[in-house]
Amino acid sequence: MALPVAFFAVFFAWPVAAIVARGLKADGAWQFGRLADVLTQPDIRHVLWFTTWQALASTALTLLLALPAAYAFARLDFPGKHLLRAVVTVPFVLPTVVAGSAFLALAGHGGLLDQLWGVRLDTTVWAILLAHVFFNYAVVVRTVGGLWSQLDPRQEEAARMLGASALRAWRKVTLPALGPAVAAGALMVFLFTFTSFGVVQILGGPTFSTLEVEIYRQTSEVFDLSTAAVLTLVQFVAVGAILAVHAWTVRRRETALRLVDPKTTARRPRGAGQWALLTGVLVTIALLLVLPLAVLVRRSLDAPGFGYYRALTNADGGTFLVAPVHAVWTSVQYAVAATAIAVVIGGLAAAALARRDAGRLVRGFDALLMLPLGVSAVTVGFGFLIALDKPPLDLRQSWILVPLAQALVGAPFVVRTMLPVLRAVDARLREAAAVLGASPWRVWREVDLPLVRRALLVAAGFAFAVSLGEFGATVFIARPDNPTLPVAVARLLSRPGDLNYGQAMALSTILMVVCAAALLILERLRTDRTGEF
Amino acid sequence: MQNKTFVAVAVGLGLIGLSACGAGGGTSSADSKTVTLVSHDSWAVSKNVLQDFENKTGYKVHVLKDGDAGQAVNKAILTKDNPQGDVFFGVDNTLLSRALDNGLFQPYQAKGSDLVLPEYRVDQAKHRVTPIDTGDICVNYDKAYFAQHKLTPPQSFADLAEPAYKNLLVTENAATSSPGLGFLLGSAARFGDNGWQDYWKKLKANGVKVVDGWEQAYYQEFSGSSEGKKAGGDRPLVVSYASSPPAEVIYAKKRPSTAPTGVAHGTCFQQTEYAGLLSNAKNTKGGKAFLDFLLTKEFQDDMPLNMYVYPVREGAQVPPEFMKYGPEAKNPETMAPGKIAANRDQWVKSWTSLVLK
Repeated sequence: MALPVAFFAVFFAWPVAAIVARGLKADGAWQFGRLADVLTQPDIRHVLWFTTWQALASTALTLLLALPAAYAFARLDFPGKHLLRAVVTVPFVLPTVVAGSAFLALAGHGGLLDQLWGVRLDTTVWAILLAHVFFNYAVVVRTVGGLWSQLDPRQEEAARMLGASALRAWRKVTLPALGPAVAAGALMVFLFTFTSFGVVQILGGPTFSTLEVEIYRQTSEVFDLSTAAVLTLVQFVAVGAILAVHAWTVRRRETALRLVDPKTTARRPRGAGQWALLTGVLVTIALLLVLPLAVLVRRSLDAPGFGYYRALTNADGGTFLVAPVHAVWTSVQYAVAATAIAVVIGGLAAAALARRDAGRLVRGFDALLMLPLGVSAVTVGFGFLIALDKPPLDLRQSWILVPLAQALVGAPFVVRTMLPVLRAVDARLREAAAVLGASPWRVWREVDLPLVRRALLVAAGFAFAVSLGEFGATVFIARPDNPTLPVAVARLLSRPGDLNYGQAMALSTILMVVCAAALLILERLRTDRTGEF
Repeated sequence: MQNKTFVAVAVGLGLIGLSACGAGGGTSSADSKTVTLVSHDSWAVSKNVLQDFENKTGYKVHVLKDGDAGQAVNKAILTKDNPQGDVFFGVDNTLLSRALDNGLFQPYQAKGSDLVLPEYRVDQAKHRVTPIDTGDICVNYDKAYFAQHKLTPPQSFADLAEPAYKNLLVTENAATSSPGLGFLLGSAARFGDNGWQDYWKKLKANGVKVVDGWEQAYYQEFSGSSEGKKAGGDRPLVVSYASSPPAEVIYAKKRPSTAPTGVAHGTCFQQTEYAGLLSNAKNTKGGKAFLDFLLTKEFQDDMPLNMYVYPVREGAQVPPEFMKYGPEAKNPETMAPGKIAANRDQWVKSWTSLVLK
């Protein structure tokens, strides 16, 4: 418990407090009058209102479209399932710059839909909502599907035997067990869409602005740190409130579940209903997730003989002192380090939180861990600059700062993915092992680990993917010329000319492939380890 | 949590950390042999030119890129008591006052300052900054579109509000984009402090489209760029740079004989970028040497094709591609940095409610 707390205090609480203080303190006195000044501006109110309602709408839409998929991945066996599970996670890690252009190519003017049916969605709120679904589909599929595949189907079957209808059996048996995972997934989606930045900026045009965009603008463009500080506090309060509600609902519904090997729970689809559902899920994935990605890949192949890919290996000394392709290696290294940090910090925190005797204080920390997801990258990035600038912690130019910032975003994922499973481990198993003379370490190794290994791998995959595609915080950290993939893509996109654009698309394609490969390896790891229960 | 677990995990983490150690260049030491340049993401120089400086002076150059131009300046101001480097490059005339008022730079008159063309010189009394490069924000037009429609391309700010060009122009959000702001300032320079609002009302009535960033305007909406064509962009006029047409040629798959796009010369706003010695620089001597280097003919000649800007030094070579495909704007609009500082935020606010709401 001490390590995660220290980590968050030093790398999150302190920098953020420092930058907020810089904005709200004048001559050593707090200027809380600024709060009222800022919050009474109609512009700011409009931003708050838009931020909230688009997040609610996006979350509802994502759940609606992704829950059937979570079921299909958990309960049905079909060829190519592992590959597809990796594919649906790819959008989540794409830099928003890339996804934005892919969406514009699809739904903008002259895009695919425009050519086919004259449908144009750019600069409408629909484009924003659909892009949010595109990004967050995997969140629901993985958090809910991960647990669902480990629920024992025999419980539902028993209810059916006792005369419950299929729907009722599902409602009374499966749904309560899934509740915490659905809530966790929904909460994450809400957090992401509430703090959405890139998507809103690219697809919404200048007419739509979220709180996050406004904070960025006030800090980066206008340099009005006090307004930015007020907005940061508002976002803090909002996110804190969401988290508090979530913690309360989850605690009320948690029960010890009987988890089984996921291999035994999935079956080939049977009956018209299941086939129809599977078809529906596949069509949704094809249209909403694969199509934008396909447009992107096609654009990267527009030059004869993989010309854009070949161009990536030239260091032109201009934008890059190293060849853009070098960014792939840099990114992977950062991601490995970030994943390690996130898994350790998140894992330790989850273990502490899952204990039955965890006190109120510890549980409060659960909500704190989630806060980095709700604080804008620009705030954290600028906070790093002014907080971590003195020895022994002058990390401003150290390479470790990038994985640290990424782990800050990754750790909450690890906690959210592992906690439902850890809490669902029946405490009596541990007690039995302890009675039989096992040391606490051994109890953890023999009882907890086999049950949570899968969740651990899912969490690690998530942390890795988040790190690979993380753009916000990375951009705010000064770096010698070692751009990560998303940064390199953004840099290429900001220079005119066909070759640069093509290279950006090629690099994005590489990013997609690297992510999909990493996720696939994790899937493989998982299936090797199953027969150990 | 158990201590043993913690130890085991910490050891594992340490190992992974070690394996990832190749990812960074380590930290730059503040020794007297290293000069650290803090800049924005667009900083670029040819390897051999930089190598030359290192060989001649014995300094090792360490470059930190710190986000886009606005961000880099703001971060430098935030960290001015304990700066991340010695020299800062990339503050432009729209942000210069903010940097000077916050005491970002210390005075130093670089060698070769006397060779800087007079129109680019600023802060003559204190020499806190040195002009390094210049460029123009101008409306670009799609030659093919205007040829096809037998329409003369617009040449001035006023032309853009004419009915003949209805629904043809796309520009960027002045609040979030540097060319967008430049275009707004250009119109304010042209029509005066009070006249620009009327002008923008006319532009709005004439169907100007506003998008957030340059990338989107140029690659998605503009029909003249090769990518915009593919994306089905249907706006033949875009706010971009005077150096965009040469870039279209140089980065084309097959180099065309003429640029596909042209520049409307009466719609330009001049942007000049400066460098300076940071106030609390640890290596002032090295920093001064580096500022001198930025004004050498060698660097000034090398710069245009790396950063798509024009040199400010008398007698520096402008690349033939620039002359051929996109000659420098004549008489661009300009505005004093002090005046920009006094009005920018208020103007952007009024512009936002006028054009976007």
